[in-house]
Amino acid sequence: MRINGSLPGWVQAAPLALVMLAFLVAPIVMIGVVSFWQATEFSIIPAFTLENYEFLFASPVTWKVFLATFKYAAITWALTLSIGFTVAYFLAFHVRSQNMQIALFLLCTIPFWTSNIIRMISWIPFLGRNGIANQTLISWGVIDQPLEWLLYSDFSVILAFVHLYTLCMVVPIFNTMMRIDRSLLEAARDAGASGVQTLVNVILPLTKPGIMIGTIFVVTLVMGDFITVRFMSGSQSANVGRLISNDIALLQYPSAAATSIVLLATVLIVIGILLRFVNIRKEL
Amino acid sequence: MEPRPLSFYLLAAFFVLFVLFLYGPTLTIGILSFQGPEGGLTFPMRGVSLHWFRDLFQEQAVGDIWGAFRRSLVLGLMVMVTTVVVSVMAGLAFRKRFAGSAVLFYLAITSLVIPSILVSLGVGLIFDQLGLPVHWAGAGFGAQLTWTLPFGLLIMFAVFNRFDKSFEEAARDQGATAWQTIRHVVLPIIAPSLIGVALFGFTLSYDEFARTLLTSGSHNTLPLEIFGMTTNVTTPVIYALGTLTTLFSLLIIGVFLAGVAIMGRMRARAGSDAGKGV
Repeated sequence: MRINGSLPGWVQAAPLALVMLAFLVAPIVMIGVVSFWQATEFSIIPAFTLENYEFLFASPVTWKVFLATFKYAAITWALTLSIGFTVAYFLAFHVRSQNMQIALFLLCTIPFWTSNIIRMISWIPFLGRNGIANQTLISWGVIDQPLEWLLYSDFSVILAFVHLYTLCMVVPIFNTMMRIDRSLLEAARDAGASGVQTLVNVILPLTKPGIMIGTIFVVTLVMGDFITVRFMSGSQSANVGRLISNDIALLQYPSAAATSIVLLATVLIVIGILLRFVNIRKEL
Repeated sequence: MEPRPLSFYLLAAFFVLFVLFLYGPTLTIGILSFQGPEGGLTFPMRGVSLHWFRDLFQEQAVGDIWGAFRRSLVLGLMVMVTTVVVSVMAGLAFRKRFAGSAVLFYLAITSLVIPSILVSLGVGLIFDQLGLPVHWAGAGFGAQLTWTLPFGLLIMFAVFNRFDKSFEEAARDQGATAWQTIRHVVLPIIAPSLIGVALFGFTLSYDEFARTLLTSGSHNTLPLEIFGMTTNVTTPVIYALGTLTTLFSLLIIGVFLAGVAIMGRMRARAGSDAGKGV
């Protein structure tokens, strides 16, 4: 009985459910439907066809671009994880005062709340032909000619990814590390473990949930990206997101939709695998 | 205190490098935005001036950035309020099991991990096929909520995982109704976290790009306007704009952090003295 008139759960959850239905489920369904439609140069025609998928899977470009997408994701993941883990480890176990910890943690998270586009643009004066990096290297005598591959290359794409998304690793890993019972570390030391042994055998296993959550963020952000690759590669490299956005620019919606469905399936499979290793709700 | 091990200094050096890496580029464009009128996109500085900031205020020079700023501000506030209200309601709902709770949870996770361009494309297609006008306050607003709401929900999970239920039980034992319990007990306790949800709601919306791309209609939001500028503006005016929006973001973060601090102080003052032997 609900004498107090407390609202049943589904009523409280209804607004969230409505937004998800209207702006997540319906759009995915729509993309799924349109991926079977035909297109002319100017419009889309609701007539069933498998052409979009046939073309997609038959094209060598598709395979190359998917491979590039995985490559970006894997390299960015490895770099953000190593950097993020090191930074979180320093904050959690080497900074002693809690106020200092909070202050340094905030320092690391503030860029998350500023514009990604501006942060990408910020690399131009660094990496350009006459940028700071080239000028410095030349003045040190390391190189005679400006390096051309600093900007508008795979290097700059991955640099930007690492710059944008390392925070997504630092935050969950730090969060998990702070919940590790410090007496476990003492126990390890009392049992004769060295610092490295404690790190590898105690801290690392206990930090896995945080690493998994960070991995989910980084992998999905990189796999779904289209703007970083376009901007930082100067339109010279491609990933799946760019394939989709190019089709959209050409008004080839059915083709964009088919690519989208394949990308979505890929991302969901990857996330599904990762979610088997972590219970997100419990770890927050 | 025991002396610091060598590893501390190595890690501290790494941390300093990381912070430099994080902030260096932004600081650089901050400096370059004061480039003299003759200067270009990279160093050296050819004099120091406010020329490029002045350029920003002459609308015809760079398009409608002030209109874009106004739209982003209004949209950010709309998304912020909606995110807070909807996340709190959903957070309360998820404390108990309800029909479809698992499905809704996985939908929220999907909403977080789905490539943003799919939301943009899908929402754009629906509005197009239904013949509805695409407007930033309609389609754009909904598309951005798919990005901010999962963050809000996850924060609410974190909040309620740490929530001591005995406060509510005490309120109920005193005869409070369900609504009174929420209004006078639960909401005040979780209020500082709600400031966090609001910060996420506003800033994620204010900086959102991919999900707004095909859903903003004929009027751009600020990030779209800035991205448009990257292809056709080749002067430091874009740095001046970048510096201003970053400063604005920092101001917003500062306001929210100050809000948390003030709330904490007010609470300490207004809190109960029970058990303190006064």
